[in-house]
This record gives sequence, structure tokens and C-alpha cells, in this order.
Amino acid sequence: MFYSIVGHYSLILGLCVSLILVYFSVKNFQNSKILNTKILSFTFLQFFLVVVSFLCLVTSFALSDFSNETVFNNSHTTKPFFYKIAGTWGNHEGSLLLWLLVLTFFIFIFILKTKDQPIKYKILTLIFQQIIIIGFFLFLIETSNPFNYLYPAPEEGLGLNPILQDPALAIHPPILYLGYVGSSIIFSSALAATSLNLVSKKWASHIKRWVLISWFFLTLGILLGSIWAYYELGWGGFWFWDPVENVSLMPWLALTALLHCILVLQKKQVLTSWVIILSISTFTLSMCGTFLVRSGILNSVHTFANDPERGLFILVFLFSLIFISLFIFFFFHKTNQNNLSSFHWLSKETSIILNNWFMMYFLSVVLIGTVYPIFLDVLSSQKISVGPPFYHKLIIPFLIPFILVMAIGPKLKWIKSNIEDKANMILLFVISIITSFLIVKNFDLDFLLNTILISSAFYLFFVTFRDFFIKKYKNISQNISHFGFSLLILSILFNNLFSSEIITNLRVGEIFENSKTKIIFESISQKKEKNYKSIIAEFKIENSEGINENLTPELRIYNKPNIVTSEADIKTTLISDKFIVINIVQNQDYFNVRYQVKPFMLWIWLSVLLISFGGLISFFKKEYEK
Amino acid sequence: MYGRKVKLRFLFIVIILITLILTVFLVLKSLEENVVYFQSPSEINSSVELNKKKIRIGGMVKKDSISVKANKINFIITDFKNEINVIYTGAIPNLFEEGKGVVAEGILKDRNFFSATKILAKHDENYMPPEVKAALEEK
Repeated sequence: MFYSIVGHYSLILGLCVSLILVYFSVKNFQNSKILNTKILSFTFLQFFLVVVSFLCLVTSFALSDFSNETVFNNSHTTKPFFYKIAGTWGNHEGSLLLWLLVLTFFIFIFILKTKDQPIKYKILTLIFQQIIIIGFFLFLIETSNPFNYLYPAPEEGLGLNPILQDPALAIHPPILYLGYVGSSIIFSSALAATSLNLVSKKWASHIKRWVLISWFFLTLGILLGSIWAYYELGWGGFWFWDPVENVSLMPWLALTALLHCILVLQKKQVLTSWVIILSISTFTLSMCGTFLVRSGILNSVHTFANDPERGLFILVFLFSLIFISLFIFFFFHKTNQNNLSSFHWLSKETSIILNNWFMMYFLSVVLIGTVYPIFLDVLSSQKISVGPPFYHKLIIPFLIPFILVMAIGPKLKWIKSNIEDKANMILLFVISIITSFLIVKNFDLDFLLNTILISSAFYLFFVTFRDFFIKKYKNISQNISHFGFSLLILSILFNNLFSSEIITNLRVGEIFENSKTKIIFESISQKKEKNYKSIIAEFKIENSEGINENLTPELRIYNKPNIVTSEADIKTTLISDKFIVINIVQNQDYFNVRYQVKPFMLWIWLSVLLISFGGLISFFKKEYEK
Repeated sequence: MYGRKVKLRFLFIVIILITLILTVFLVLKSLEENVVYFQSPSEINSSVELNKKKIRIGGMVKKDSISVKANKINFIITDFKNEINVIYTGAIPNLFEEGKGVVAEGILKDRNFFSATKILAKHDENYMPPEVKAALEEK
């Protein structure tokens, strides 16, 4: 009770501080010799207030204070302590509070750490950021207050959806939010820079670090969500083109494009408008994602509670942000005079522009696939869904030139260049074609597309791998990320080509056998935990090479809420994952068994880690490139 | 007549336009081919022509209709007006239960018989596919 009151009033105070900040900023803006020290203190105060409010919610969850409605709806006394804490952001209200926390934290860091930029720019960024923050404060307090109380306080809570009780999912939202919210800083600062006509090389170097850090967290966040879906939902894969996955991929694509073309801006004073547009769209897409999953338009794990009022609020907020940014873009943006300097067809900037085009193409494919069903439903009330084949068909063919440009692009110089080192590049190309040809021949695969795809992926792999040993290309961060990407594409390709799956229904003691694999369902046992009962099945898998493996998938029957979840048993090795998941239908003695062999799963996760790691290195390294 | 620069720029614009048109065409065509329509048992019952493409059917799993065999699962999807027999081989999601909502994806054999290739996973006990909700509200 006490914590709810403190939390609630800190939020309201935080909103007041926002207004004070805007007032001081506007005053300071008119007379901008030095930055008013009050601004820094108030930014800190605001951050502090949101921290207090957040800690209050965490404490309410930790103490299972059911007089708080959010806690009542999402917690339970028998829940393990770790998930009581993680449950704080495992629901709509709490996750928005977390979002706000990151927003205020980032603007504080921004004001503190931005040194050699004009005062006016800092103040204006702060104002734009405060507009976003005020929007979220209002949203939180008006439509989704985490501190509503219930009287009399219930004895017991409703419990957290068991599939969310998972370590990967406990850290997935905070990490993802660091990425999403990081893009808000890019958004505000891009608008500020446009209004002050500051979009320059200097600004590019400054904002690049924000782009890098948001990109790093966004990549990690998506990775965590994907790993979770793999073992917890039992879908048995890493990506499903589920709308919820798509809405996180869209800002990622925009941010990746921005990350690349900000380099061009940093070198040459060109592409200014494009950088601004990308900065705006990255944050807009993040907001769109929030809108789509929170409003209940897309049904998913993330749809906590469907409340049309919330959807409407975000929609109105989103449109006003877009309107403001477009207004600023069209009225204040001046294209630079030396913009006319044309591009040489063979240069680093051309290859980066090509990269951007591909990114935009991928982005539009994902966007269309995700929103088309929604539009069709609204316009003609026809219900459809767009499946993976749509994305595969449209994306895979374009990956080939994309990967090739990715291999060659980094070798080119700025402004005008020749392909250096031709002999070696051609040699590597031949090697990759031969390698993939042998693989395709050996395993009897579909010929043409596979050969080309695998060759191009191998090509990127060889080229980037070789670059690790060449002193001249010392851009280690780029190299790691591109190498990681080649590894990712290769792992995905082999994973798709060589995966095998057996789905069958077995009773205890029965055996399934085909030419390659024998699945023996040995026994089941029961176990009782604090908040669930589990049925543990013992399986023995024998394959034709005589290797035996014992796997023990589990069914958990949670008591609060009463939900059955399957816990897959996965044996991970460097080469492949053996994945087994069972399920049961009420009143039937058969178990539904799904057994999969997924090659290189581990490498998919590792390569994404590598990609994001490249971003982190670039964030920390000093600018050495001339 | 025109300078080299102008010509180049013109060529550039033409190429962009052509790529743009091609892409739009490609996307639309692919969209048309890969869209999966959603239908309720009643809609199938009253449809004039059977849809031979992959579709989704949603409704409730009828009480006492699930029967699991070694290699297949049979059950009935109902919207309380019409029903349809489903035969399915594959993995079932956690919340596949009699009396609960379900969405099955597959191909219609005839008006009463559906061969499913996928049953969609639900994440929440209270969750109901929006399509099912709408179908149930109509009744």
C-alpha cells in the first residue's frame, strides 16, 4: 500500500519535472551562452523519481503486495522470488514503466555526456525528448497506472503466465527496451540537428555512438526473444515471421541502414536528408511495434490486456510525433550545397547506398507482410494471414547480391576506388563456388538456388575470415559483424537444408522406428514443485550410426494460472541440436512427441552474438579512421 | 544536346523506376500466392465453390471429439452451427483441448473434411483467436 502511494506520486512529480524542464529549456534556449545547471539537476531528479517509482513497483512485486492491482493480476505467493522480480516488467503496466525508466535514464546520460556540441542543440534535443517522455507519463498515469489499488486486498494473486517464467524472458524486455528507447535519442537529436541546421560530419560522429549502442541492444534483445521462442514455445526453430517478431525486425533493419549511412555522412557531407529520414523512421517503427502489440491488434504473447483506449492513445501519440517530425523535416531541413558532388560507381559510399536500398527493400517486405492483413481486415473484414513462404520468396533471392556487396564493399575506398587484390578475391570466389558445389552434390540438394546461395555465403565467410589476418583492413568491428553475418547465413542455410523432424503419437513403452531413427518411450515419472507439478518422460533415441541419447522432456502443470507448458529437452552440441518436446491431450493415453535434429542451431545464436559484439567494439573504439 | 551528366541522371532515374515497378509487382504477386484465408465452418458450409488453396479454419474443439491414434489425430471443429471433421498429423500445442478455441491450417478435402498440416499455438488460457471470437459472437 505504502509503496503504491510513493510510486504513484513519484510518477506525478516526474511529470511535473518534465514541464519544469521544458520551461527552463525554452528560457535557456533564448539565452544560450551556457547550459543552465538547473537543467542537468532536473533531468537527474526526473530520472531519480522514475527510479523510485520503479523500485516501488519491484518491491510491491517482491513482497507480493496484492493491494496493488498490477501485482494482483500478475503475481502469486508461490512464484519463485526471481520471477516475482522479473514479473515486474512481464506485464503491460510494468513494462511501460521500464520503458519510461530507460527514456529518462538515456536523456540524463545524453545531457551529461554530450560535450562538444552546441548548447542550443543539447537543449532542443532535451525538449524533443521531454515531449516523448511527457507522452509516456500521460499514457502511464491515464491508461495504465501500475499503482492502482484494490480494496480490500485479495489474499492471493492471479499468477504470471508460466511461459513468461523463464530466465531468457526475464532479461529480454530490459535489453530490447534499451535498443528501442535508444532510438528515441536518435530521433530527438536528429530533429534538433535539423532545426538548427547542424546535420554535419561532427554531428554524425557524435550520434553514431548512440546508433551503435541502440543497435547493439536491439540485436541482443531480438536474439534473446528468439532463443526463448525456440525452447519455450516448442516451435522448434529460430524465426517464424510471427508479426511480433517482425515488428522488432523492422526497427532493426532501419537502424542497421542508419548505422551504415551515418558513416557516409561522417566522411562526406552527403546523404543528410536520408540520415534524418532513417533516424525518424527507426523510432517511429519502434513506436509502431509497441502500438501493434499493445493495442491487441496483433495477437501474441505480448498482448497482455486488450484495451482499445490504450491503442488509441498510442496511435494519436504516434501520429503527432510523425506530424511534428515531418513538419520539422520539411520546413527546417536545408540540403547542403556541396551535395551535388556525385558518386563514383565504384566506391565505399556507393556500396553503402546499395546496402541501404536492400535494407529498405527487406524492410518494406516485412512491413507489407505484417500490416497488409490488418488493413485488409479493416477494409474488407476479410481475415487472412501471411505465411513464411511470402517472406522467403521475396527475401532469399535478394540476399545473394546483398551478401556479395557486403563482401566487396568494405574493401573499397571512399570517393573513388579500384578493387584491390583482384587475384585473391577471384580465387576465394572460385573456392566458395567449388565448396558449395561439392556440398550440394554430396547431399543431393536442389541444385541451382542452393549452390548460388551457399557460394555467396561462403564467399563472404572466406573474405571476412581472411581479413582478420590482413593488417591493412584494420576495421575490426566491421569485420567481426560481417563475419558473424556470413556465419549466420551459413548456419541458417544448413539448418534449413539438413533439419529432420519426426512427429508421432506414442504411449508409454511404445517404440517409433524409421530407417534412420528409433525413438523409445521408456517411462514417465512425476514430480511436485512449489508452483507446478511436472510429468517427466524418459526417451531413448537410437540412430542408425548406433549413437544413443537419453532425452527427458517435461510437461509442467502450473497451478496458478492453471496452464500446461511443455519444457523441451535439448541436447546441444557444436554440430547439431537434438530437440524433443512432448504434449498431451486431455483424457488420452497417447503423448504427442516431436523430435527434431537441427544442425548448427548453436551457431545461429553465436553468430548473432558476434554481429552485436562488432557493434559494441565499434562503440568503444577511438576514432582512428581518417 | 544534353550533357553527359544529365543523361546519366536520366538513366539513373529510369533504372530506379523500373526496379521499383518490378519490386512492387513481385511483392503483390507473391502476396497473392501466399496469403492464407481464414474461414469458419459455417462459411465453408455455405460456400459455393470449395477453396483448393491452403486455408485456416477456426472454432471450438467439440466436446468428446478428439481421438488420438499412433499416426494421426482426429477431432471436430465447431462454431455451434456447423462443424467440420479434421484429420491432423503433427505437433499439437499446449492448449489444444476439448471445448477450447483452435485454429487449424490445411487443405479442404470436401465440405465436411479438412486435412490439417498445422495447429496454431496459443499462449494464454484465456486467449481466443480473434477470428473465433468473432465467429462465436455472430451466433
